[in-house]
Order: sequence, then structure tokens, then C-alpha cells
Amino acid sequence: MSGGARFAWQRAVWELASLEVASLVIAGCSGNQSMFNPQGPAARSISSLGWTLLAICGVVYLLVMVAFFWALARRRLPSDDAPETTRALTRNVTLASIVTVLVLVVLSVASVVAGRGLTSPSGPGALQVEVTAHQWWWDFQYTDVTPSDYVTSPNELHIPVGVPVVLKVRSRDVIHSFWVPNLHGKRDLIPGQITHTWMQADRPGVYRGQCAEFCGHQHAHMAFVVVAEPMDEFRQWIAHQRQPASEPATDEERHGRDVFLQSTCVTCHTVRGTDAGSHVGPELTHVGSRLTVAAGTLPNTRGHLSGWIANPQAIKPGSRMPPNSLAAADLQAVLTYVRSLR
Amino acid sequence: MPTEGPRARPVERLERPLDENAETRLHRELERTWYVPRGVVGWLSVVDHRTVGKRYIATAFGFFIFAGILAALMRIQLAVPDNHFLGPDLYNQIFTTHGTMMMFLFAVPVMEALGVYLVPLMVGARNIAFPRLNAYSYYLFLFGGLMLTTTMLVNSAPDAGWFSYVPLAGPDYTPGKRSDFWAQMITFTEVSALAVAVELVATIFKCRAPGMTLNRLPLFVWSMLVTSFMVIFSMPAVVTSSTFLLLDRLVGTHFYNPAEGGDALLWQHLFWFFGHPEVYIIFVPALGIISSIITTFTQRPVFGYTALAMSVVTTGFLGFAVWVHHMFATGLPQLGLSYFTAASIVISIPTGVQIFCWIASLWRGRPRYPAPMLFVLGFFAIFIVGGLSGVTLASIPFDLQVHDTYYVVAHFHYVLIGGAVFPLIGGIYYWFPKMTGRMTDDALGKLNFWVLFVGFNLTFFPMHILGFQGMPRRIYTYPSEMGWGTLNLLASGGAVLLVVGGVLFVYNVVRSYVAGEVAADNPWNADTLEWGTASPPPVYNFLHIPIVEGRNALWDRSVDAPVVTGIRSDCREVLITEVLDAAPSNKTEFPGPSIWPFLASVVTTAFFIGSIFTPWALPVSVIPIAVTLIGWFWPKSPEKDAPGARKSTELREARA
Repeated sequence: MSGGARFAWQRAVWELASLEVASLVIAGCSGNQSMFNPQGPAARSISSLGWTLLAICGVVYLLVMVAFFWALARRRLPSDDAPETTRALTRNVTLASIVTVLVLVVLSVASVVAGRGLTSPSGPGALQVEVTAHQWWWDFQYTDVTPSDYVTSPNELHIPVGVPVVLKVRSRDVIHSFWVPNLHGKRDLIPGQITHTWMQADRPGVYRGQCAEFCGHQHAHMAFVVVAEPMDEFRQWIAHQRQPASEPATDEERHGRDVFLQSTCVTCHTVRGTDAGSHVGPELTHVGSRLTVAAGTLPNTRGHLSGWIANPQAIKPGSRMPPNSLAAADLQAVLTYVRSLR
Repeated sequence: MPTEGPRARPVERLERPLDENAETRLHRELERTWYVPRGVVGWLSVVDHRTVGKRYIATAFGFFIFAGILAALMRIQLAVPDNHFLGPDLYNQIFTTHGTMMMFLFAVPVMEALGVYLVPLMVGARNIAFPRLNAYSYYLFLFGGLMLTTTMLVNSAPDAGWFSYVPLAGPDYTPGKRSDFWAQMITFTEVSALAVAVELVATIFKCRAPGMTLNRLPLFVWSMLVTSFMVIFSMPAVVTSSTFLLLDRLVGTHFYNPAEGGDALLWQHLFWFFGHPEVYIIFVPALGIISSIITTFTQRPVFGYTALAMSVVTTGFLGFAVWVHHMFATGLPQLGLSYFTAASIVISIPTGVQIFCWIASLWRGRPRYPAPMLFVLGFFAIFIVGGLSGVTLASIPFDLQVHDTYYVVAHFHYVLIGGAVFPLIGGIYYWFPKMTGRMTDDALGKLNFWVLFVGFNLTFFPMHILGFQGMPRRIYTYPSEMGWGTLNLLASGGAVLLVVGGVLFVYNVVRSYVAGEVAADNPWNADTLEWGTASPPPVYNFLHIPIVEGRNALWDRSVDAPVVTGIRSDCREVLITEVLDAAPSNKTEFPGPSIWPFLASVVTTAFFIGSIFTPWALPVSVIPIAVTLIGWFWPKSPEKDAPGARKSTELREARA
């Protein structure tokens, strides 16, 4: 088997697997969005810190409860009202307070140590991605190259494994919060401010992220996926994303494109290689290759996409995308066309 | 002062007859002087702290029930994944109103209301300082609360969260009037909260019975003092921020508009500078309730009085140093954030000290376990969980994961329900005999406790785990594949028990009010002054203002304890004492009932609500507000001081 063929075979399996994972992720299997299921160095150090904190706090709780129930249940003695008893109690309360301070010092040190590793990317060759939040979707733009080669990938962040990825985050409207629990903690996206965070995935996989700051009607449906893949696959992906949209291959696709370009779709969406060039909504140049539609809300199947295009308000009430009044045949053609944008 | 061992002894009424006839005459005259007016106008003119306090408490519980129903609706919506019971618009209104109402219209007012009722009694005063301001504050609170309730009922409630972050709550992203109602609700409740805080500080500092030096102040009074100062220093920040918001929305200023040089983060600093002290404003009074109940039901002075009082004061100060721990994810500089981690960890030290002191009190005392005590013991089991989860939240890395997840929801419900609502309900059971003259049903109270305790933990404990599993707050639904369904269903099941517990509480209180066993003056053999007068207390509180001889005023009272004489009984004359040692310094006259505070509150309400719609509300309402204030402060007619009225005599101590 030639290297190329093996690669294609692997890729096919990987795509199948990732689709499988995606349908789980979209909406996710248990623990997929769990902070205690870390898949990268940042999340891992927070996870260990979390276990440490919970263990210490658990022990403290048990000790206090033991003292509490002992205080309630103990046999009362005539000597309880004696000054010596008060002195002994004072000693014990003082001791307990000192121990409390010591425990808190330990917790603080553990926290600071874990925090130090989180502030800046570790390791060379960091990739930079610009994250822009909108009500209620995410835009990821790869800006490491000359501007003509910029690639945007709405609601789906592809990253190479084993490399820190620096995220330059901002918001177009209200405050959102970028959060992929398997990889790192949150970073708020505040209009008027640009800040940086980073993440790194240790192994290939599809991780779910979700907006964590209340941002209005569809805060609940503002998710995205992070696809972590080996560097060469990532390079292939990004090279593919740089291509303009594929030309329609069939009559129905051609009809679909015509309908698309003549309908309201173009007032918000871009399909590179066509006249559709608006940046109000997510870019659709390669929408057919994405795992989800409607910001991580639905798996990207023909059925779900159809429902979404026909009436987004039924799926995400309050969403900025208006319902569509296309004739059934036109809708099917548009669907076929959009699905072909791989 | 007789120094006795740390042991309670049975106490009787403070009013021992000096001379039977003289006593009766005095009683009649005081009753005439401190009358509570009748009729509709009279009902609205009441300035008596007990009546206003009870109305305050009942109203706050009314809002508690309303906000509780909203919580139940949320639990129905979240019980199963992909639920369509509530849409996003209604859900967002409901969670916003739930939070807003619980914080601004229940938790803070009910604690202040308890202070309004109890503090004057505990310090041996005849009424609260500035009694008309007190009435005014109640009506403003009531009207502000009714305004928010109405917006919820007509589907126009605020929907940007109880924290109303801009720009979401700003003019561009919340058109309509929803956020304006929120901002003005803040104005209503803050003005009333500030008024009560000022009254309480004045009462505590200047109206204490002689002998009640600061180091004999009951711990409940200490906690109300600290709370009042926290209100005074924190509330201006939120009034400022909500006024800026209103200006942005109404007249197009750009305080929070980054496109015009405003700053979205400014809101968060101002809001949390108030918002974190706010939770201590709710929690600190509960500390006082706990100390009171533990003292009474262990029949011993509480262990570590000084440590407890100083811990409360320390908490009050540190409460202002931790606000940025709500903003760890905003990208502020690391060094600055670390300071707030340290402060947030340090604030758990005074709380720890208090818990150790109470455990020592329980260890040393002779605990009895009626319903109020059970609620306080439940506090230990619940609150300590919340306190410890609070310590974990102070850690920046950990917070970055659990911030804005259900872990935080679990945390603050453990702190606020465990730390404040359980002691509060215990406090209501404890002081009910004093307030109404009737006992509650203790067996029912105990059942009430267990139902609430189990229901609470079933509802909120699973939320810790949901937070770890990545469930964010404030989402109106979630996909079934996330695996959050089971724990959410469990939480909703627990909420059913909480509703049952709430109904039991209301039933017990209402039935006891109507047909409860008649209460003795001091049914629990408690130590603080309010138990030294009748149940319910007479309109003038104390026939003779007592002279306090120890920390546990009733337990430490000598057999032939002196009382204050020489205070006029034909007008509302009260004794003013020194701040530190409560030595008598002078006398003053408190104002009587008046309809003007009510009228002033009506025109103030018209102004506040009007200014939601037009800036002209300000200039237009200046005149009616001025008129009502002139009526309010109109000097008393001179004939009341005419010759024939008994002249005040020099203060003296009469020994029986």
C-alpha cells in the first residue's frame, strides 16, 4: 500500500470516526463537556487542581461535621461551666482557626502554582486564530498568513494537536464567553476589548464548546466544536478551506446556486467564488464539510439543514436568521447546493 | 454589674410594679401617647416600628413566594432535555425576575425588616429612629416590588439577568422598557434599603438603653449594625450604575457604549462593588440570628462574644475587597486578580472563627432542639458546604472552569439558602411568639425543617456535579445527548419537596397566627431585652426603659435592677445615649403618625416610574415631592408643648 493510499484510507476512517464522534458531541456524550475530562495541558492542570481543592475541602467538611455532632451528642458534665473548660475551648478554637489559616495557605499556593502554567502558551510554534463572537454564533479566522489567504470557519475550530493555539478573542455585540471545558477555562469576549487566551489539545478528537456568559435569547444554543487533528491533516484542511467554493456539478446544484444567489440568503452570507459576499452571518463557502449547523445545535444532515433553512425560528427562536419562503422545489435545490459546498 | 458564671437563670418581666396604681396610670398614658392610629388613613399613617416591621416581613415573604414560584417554573422547564414548556423569552424573564426579586425584594429587605422589628426592642428603645422615614421606606419597597411583579405578570419583565450586564441590557440589545423597569426597581429598593440602614445605625448608636455599652450589644444588633454600614457604603455604587444605565437608555448617554468611548467593564466593577457586599448584607444578619438562637437553646452565653462580634465587623470590611472574583474570566491583569484571590480566601477566616465559636457554644451548653434550633443546626450542615465551595471559587484557575456553570448556582444557593434562609426561617419560628403573642406548632415546624432540608439538598447538591459536567447557567434548555438529564430531573424532584416545605411553613405560620397557643412573655427563657416585655409588645415597647447590667441583659439582671425614669409619657419623648458606653446624654421627641410619608412615597413612585418613560418626570415631580416633604416636616403645633403638660424632669435612676 502506497503512503498516499494509506493516508487516504486513514483519512476516510478518521472522517467516519469524527462524524460518529460529532453526532455524539453535538450533542455530546456524558463527560464530553466535563472539566474533569481534560484533553489538553491547561485543562489537565486545572483538573488536578480541582481534585486537590475538592479533596481538601471534603476533609475539612468531614472534620467540622465530626466536631459539630460531637458537640451536640456528648454527655454533659457539671464541669462544663467551669472557667477551665472555657480556657480549654478557647485553646481549641484558636487552634482550629490557626489550622484553617494554614489550610487556606496551602490552597492558595496550589492555586497559584496551577495558575502560573495557564497564563501563556508553552512550547514553540503557536498558531494564531481570531475568535469573534456574535449573537449567537462563533467565527474563527486563521490570520497567520497573508490577508488574501485568511480562512474563516464559523462554529468549527480546527486545531493541530500538540501545538499551543493562541486565540485572539473579541465580540461584535454583547459579552460572550469562550469555553471548551476539555481544553481550557473560560475567557470573556467583551465588546471594545481584545484579549488573548490559548488552548492545546493532546490528542485528536472533537470537543464541544459553548458560550458561558448570558448573551440573550439563544445563549443556550451558542455552541461550537473544536476539531483537533494531526498537523498534516490540519494543513490539508486549511489548504482546502482556502479554495473558493466548488462549482456546481449537477443541474440541481446549479439551480440551487441560482436560487441562492437570487434570494435573501446573500444579504447575510458569503460563498467565496460567487457574488454572495456579505459578512453579517456565517460564511458558507465550505459549509457542507462542517459537522454541525446553527452553532453546534444540530448535526449537519440534509434533514436538519432543511429544517434550519426553512424556519430557523422554530429551532432557535429569536435567532437573527429569518424564516424562508422558498418554494419546496427551490428549497430542495438550495439544500443540494449548500450540501455540495464541501 | 454582678459577674456570674456562664449560666442562664429563669427571668421574669422587666416591669415589676413599683406602685400598682402609678404603673397602671403610666401604662394608660403611654398607650395614649404611642397610639397606633386606626381607620384607612390611620393604617397608612402608622410609623410604629413593630407594625411597619411586620408589614415589611410579610411583604418580603410575599415576594419570596412569587420568586419561588418562578423558580419552580424553571425547574419544570429544566427537568427534561429539549423541553418546550417555556420558550427562551419567557425563561429569560423568569430567571431574571427570580434572581432580582430574591436578592432585592426578599433577602435584603427581609433581613432589614427583622432589624426594624427587633433592634429597637433589643436595645430597649420605644421606637426606631426616624420612624416616618421608616414608613416611607416601606411604601417605596412595596411599590417598587409591585412594579416588578406587574411587569412579570404582563410579560414585560426584565430579561437581561439580575446582574444586567451591558451592552446586553443597554439600548441596542434590549429595546423596549424591560431593562428600565429593572433599573428603576433598583432605585426603589436601594432608596428604601438606605433609609432603613440609616435608621438602624442611628437607633443602635444613639437609642440604646443605659448600660448597654457597645461590648454588651446583643450579637444580632452587632450584625444589623455591620449590615447597615455595608448597605450605606455599597448601595450607592449600584444606584450610580443603574442610573448610568437608565441615562444610556433614556437620554442617549454613552457610559457603557464602547463605540463612543464608554466601557462595558465599568458596569461590572460598579455592579459587583455592590454585588458582593450584597451577599454579606444578606448573610451577616443571619449570623446574628444564629447567635441569638444558639444562646437561647443552649441556655448559656454564646462562646467567644468578642471574637464573634469582631468577626462580623471584619467580614463587613473584607466584603468590600473581593468583588473582582466575579470577573476572573474577563482578562484583567493576573497580578490584580491574585490580590482578589487572596482577599476572597481571607474572608473565609472570620466565618471559620464564628463556626468554631458556635460549635464551642454547642459543646459547652445544654442544647434543646425545638424547630428554631433545628433550622440553625441545618445551617451548619448546608452553609459549610457553600462556604467551602466558595473557597474553591476564589482559585482563579478553578474558577475559570466552573464560573457561570451550575457549580456556582449550587454554591450560592448553599450559601444564601443555607446561610441566610434557614436561619431566617428559624428566626421567624423563634420570634413568632414575641411578634404575635402565639406559639407556632413545634412538631409541624420540625417536619417543616426536615422537608426543606432534604428538598434543598436534593435540589442543589446535584448542581455541583452538573457544573463539573459543563452545564452553563442561564440556558433555557439543553440537548439530551449532553447527559445532564438525570441530575436535572433529580433537582426538579427536590424542588417539589421545597415547594411542599414552603407550603408547610406558610400553613404553620397562618394557623398559629389565628389559633396558636398563647405565648408567654419569654417562652424560651431567652436573654435579650425583647423577651423582657409582653408578647406581643405593647405600643410603647417597655413601660420603663431598663438599665442593662450585662451582655445577656435578662439573665444578668439583678433582682432590684434599676430602670430609667424622668422620660415624659405625655409626648413621644425618648432617651438618647452615648455611642460607646450608652450613658444618657439627652432626650428628644420622636414624631408621631403621619400620612405624609405615604403621600411622599406615592409621588416618589410616580417620579421613578415616570422617569422610565420620559426625562420630564424629574422636573415635573419636583413640586409634588416638595409639597409632601413640607407636609412631612411641618413643625408640630405648639399647644402640644403648652403649659399643663408634664415637664420633663432630670434623669434619675429609681431603685425599687
